[in-house]
Amino acid sequence: MLYKFTSSLLLLLSLTACSVQPWVKPYERANLADPIMSFSQDPLSQGYMHHVYQAREGARGAEGGSGGGCGCN
Amino acid sequence: MVLKVALEVAVVVTKTARYGLTLILLLFSIMSNAAVLPAERADALFHSYSGGGIDINGPAILVRKSIGDSVSVSAKHYVDTISSASIDVEVILGASTYEEERVENAFSADYLNEKTLMSFSYTNSEENDFSADTFSFGISQDMFGGLTTLSMGYAHGDNVVGKTGDPSFSETSQTDNFNLSLAQIITKNLIISTAFDVTTDAGFLNNPYRKVRYVDPNDSTQFNLEDEIYPETRTSSALAIRARYFLPYRAALHAEFRIFQDSWGIEANNFEIGYTHPFADDWIAETHFRAYAQTKADFYNDLFPFQQAQNFLGRDKELSTFSDTTIGFGISYEFAKGEGGSIDKASVNFKFDHIEFNYEDFRDARQTSFAAGTEPFYQFNANVMQLFLSIWF
Repeated sequence: MLYKFTSSLLLLLSLTACSVQPWVKPYERANLADPIMSFSQDPLSQGYMHHVYQAREGARGAEGGSGGGCGCN
Repeated sequence: MVLKVALEVAVVVTKTARYGLTLILLLFSIMSNAAVLPAERADALFHSYSGGGIDINGPAILVRKSIGDSVSVSAKHYVDTISSASIDVEVILGASTYEEERVENAFSADYLNEKTLMSFSYTNSEENDFSADTFSFGISQDMFGGLTTLSMGYAHGDNVVGKTGDPSFSETSQTDNFNLSLAQIITKNLIISTAFDVTTDAGFLNNPYRKVRYVDPNDSTQFNLEDEIYPETRTSSALAIRARYFLPYRAALHAEFRIFQDSWGIEANNFEIGYTHPFADDWIAETHFRAYAQTKADFYNDLFPFQQAQNFLGRDKELSTFSDTTIGFGISYEFAKGEGGSIDKASVNFKFDHIEFNYEDFRDARQTSFAAGTEPFYQFNANVMQLFLSIWF
């Protein structure tokens, strides 16, 4: 029942998806496309800083980039 | 009878699989517009960390190249050369400095199939006493006219923990990670991203060298040391929200907030605010402030009242109650822009971060003029520097 309901809902959404009008038009996205607006401007540098914090803090995850390894002795 | 039950089970499984497949297909049919492959670039970085008696530095290289219109591959090589005379080394090993090296190699491939971007990666990290292999898979897609990007991923890691000086010591642990993120364009100047992450660990999760201390009236220091004992499982979740806002004169503000909790009783949060300011055509300056705070793990104690005081014993300062603050800046100079040839752009970058750590229940046990348990709380500062060259081609 749940599957059928969800499937129907998604089918309905998929049919109406074409009519979803972006409220910020593609030609209005010049500012957003500027490199200074990127969440991951320098992936190597960002990954390094995540590693610096991961090795010294109890919290981890949801950094928005990748880490790897331990190196925390 | 058995056959009938088996048949009914098979029918249920088939129906479930069919509905599941239908749901996935419909979900992705809702999503429209193509994603794009990551930019082709190469980065060569030198990093340096110095603080708390530890010096870590080394090179790192990342190269990303597209193959045709639908595949992008990357390779990363990263080295940590570590020289440590940290408080942990001094208290536990008796003021000796140890040296070691960590080498990480990673490979990834991104595949763009019409409207879906799929990513695969493999990472290997090797130390003389620690080995980690991690595989990950991710999928990302733009939706609703490119206003929304939904990403999800899974990673599995296998770790082998050794112990220098004890060749017979070998333990293992596994890490599984699930992540989901959503980036949303709000206005023509504002974009927000949320990320949710669940990580589970199982196996040997201790650091094999670390000790806890307990009250021992017979010892001259009034305390003695015994091995840490950690639980063999840990599950954590983290939720983060980030925003970037474009200012009218071409500059950007960014902000981030993250909350975290785990099954060991640690609760943490951090926030960051920053400002990016391009000037004189080729320069970009950036500055940021970050603050982090956490509560201790349930089984953490700076000084246990007696030996084997409880089932689990921990005195890692990373498991204690503490806070840290970071103030940092960066400067970039761009060159070789739009000159034709095989290079689109290049930049040379310098970043500096100063971090102050303040512990609230981890004492400086090196200060033997104080009675055990009355030493000043530990604190230290760290300086982190990065110098790197980036080339887009």
